[in-house]
Amino acid sequence: MRLYFHYMSLHFKSRMAYRWSFFIECLGQLLIGLNLFLGLVFITGRFGSVGGYTARECALCCGTVLMASSLAECFGRGFDNFAHVLSTARFDRLLVQPRPLVLQILCTELRLNLLPRIAEAAVMMAWGAGAVNWTAGKAAVLALMVFCGAGVFLGLFLLYAALCFFTQEGLEVMNIFTDGAREYGKYPFGVYGRGILWVMTLLVPLALCQHWPLMYLLDRGPWWYGLLPALSLLFLIPCFLAWSYGVRRYRSTGS
Amino acid sequence: MKKYFSFFKMRLMAGLQYRAAALAGLSTQFVWGGMEILIYRTLWNADPERFPMGVEALASYIWLQQAFLTFFALWQWERELAEAVRDGTVAYELTRPTDLYGMWFARSLAVRLSRGLLRSAPVILLGALIPAPWGLRIRVSPAVLGLFFVSSALMLAVVCAFIMLIYALTFFLEDSRGVMTLVTPLAELLGGAIVPLPFLPEGLRKIAELSPFGAMQNVPLRIFGGDIAGAEIARAMGLQVFWAAVLILSGYALMRAGLRRVCLAGG
Repeated sequence: MRLYFHYMSLHFKSRMAYRWSFFIECLGQLLIGLNLFLGLVFITGRFGSVGGYTARECALCCGTVLMASSLAECFGRGFDNFAHVLSTARFDRLLVQPRPLVLQILCTELRLNLLPRIAEAAVMMAWGAGAVNWTAGKAAVLALMVFCGAGVFLGLFLLYAALCFFTQEGLEVMNIFTDGAREYGKYPFGVYGRGILWVMTLLVPLALCQHWPLMYLLDRGPWWYGLLPALSLLFLIPCFLAWSYGVRRYRSTGS
Repeated sequence: MKKYFSFFKMRLMAGLQYRAAALAGLSTQFVWGGMEILIYRTLWNADPERFPMGVEALASYIWLQQAFLTFFALWQWERELAEAVRDGTVAYELTRPTDLYGMWFARSLAVRLSRGLLRSAPVILLGALIPAPWGLRIRVSPAVLGLFFVSSALMLAVVCAFIMLIYALTFFLEDSRGVMTLVTPLAELLGGAIVPLPFLPEGLRKIAELSPFGAMQNVPLRIFGGDIAGAEIARAMGLQVFWAAVLILSGYALMRAGLRRVCLAGG
């Protein structure tokens, strides 16, 4: 853990060396999040509600997913460049260093330019929070939603990296689940119909951190819906298994 | 003219090599289009009266948008060209007996066309198989189809001219990534990538339609779906011609100015 923080402070210092470009990147990320939100506002503004959810309720959902994905990306994007790490045989170097592999990869990148987007997500959540009658339990559930949501996104990154062992290059298909989940997770998945809801509950359990506990927060579902996010972390097990299978099977690509 | 054409052909052939990548992209595009359709279907079922455009027009808009994404996606710019300006490789390009602007313009056009052509056909086919009203409209009059093609060509001109303007700006800014980071989200909003322009609030919609971004995907996609017709088409395509001309002229002038002050450290 101390090693991790050391790496993080190194990343921080290196980013601060180019303040101006860092600032522009932050602004760009902020605009991307703003677009997501504006799309939601325009649609809910015109129609009043989306699948029975008001603007504030959607904003709460959107903020939660954006927060979870931004947190996961901020720390876990090292996996996103994994195809590059593999093709340049930098992975071999990681293998010989006597530190846990996953930790080393998590350390390869820290996306500080996502910090404004995290703040933006918090603002969205704060605005959306007006739709809920808060209790201590509900606040805890919301925290759980963000935390476990970030876990699911990290699992997806891990799976993506695991697939790179077999394909040697990035798979654009995975974007459906990483970027797509962030984009379309702005509305509770129930809005897309039953089929999508079940896929996102059982296959890629993001709905467990979003649709179901949100029902509890809005007093539309029983209390145990609030505990479902914890279940979603089970998703990490197959992801990790795929990853370690890939590592075992790995033969160097470099020369 | 012939040399630009052969340059264009060269790039087109190179782009058509990446068939596997195109296949992978295809499923992504199909899923994204499908999710969009699902969300609008929910909205339509709840309150059809507040829809600012017809369902069929909207569905066609979404499927064509996914099919031709690479034609107008501003974020798919060629970083190596901007890089060439930054690290001085542009000197090699300047030794060629062709105009830099024309050459790069042909190149951008070819890259977009080759990527788009490969990807579009399967998405169009799948989109057309989806039952009406949520599938891609197949029965369109030849006149509309003709207008669609002309407007698509104009759109490509506007998009490439816009990107060329950014490349030309690199001569002055040294690094154009920052500009792209800021322009892309704006282009998405005003170009109709976030929601189709009719779904924007009235004031913003008018601004968007007049902006250069409104002269991109917005026009051909809405012509095809039948959302705009008659005089509206003439007006929209007039704006496309206007923006293409303005962007090409200003990009060309800017590049000339940039090249005049360019100073390369050799070695």
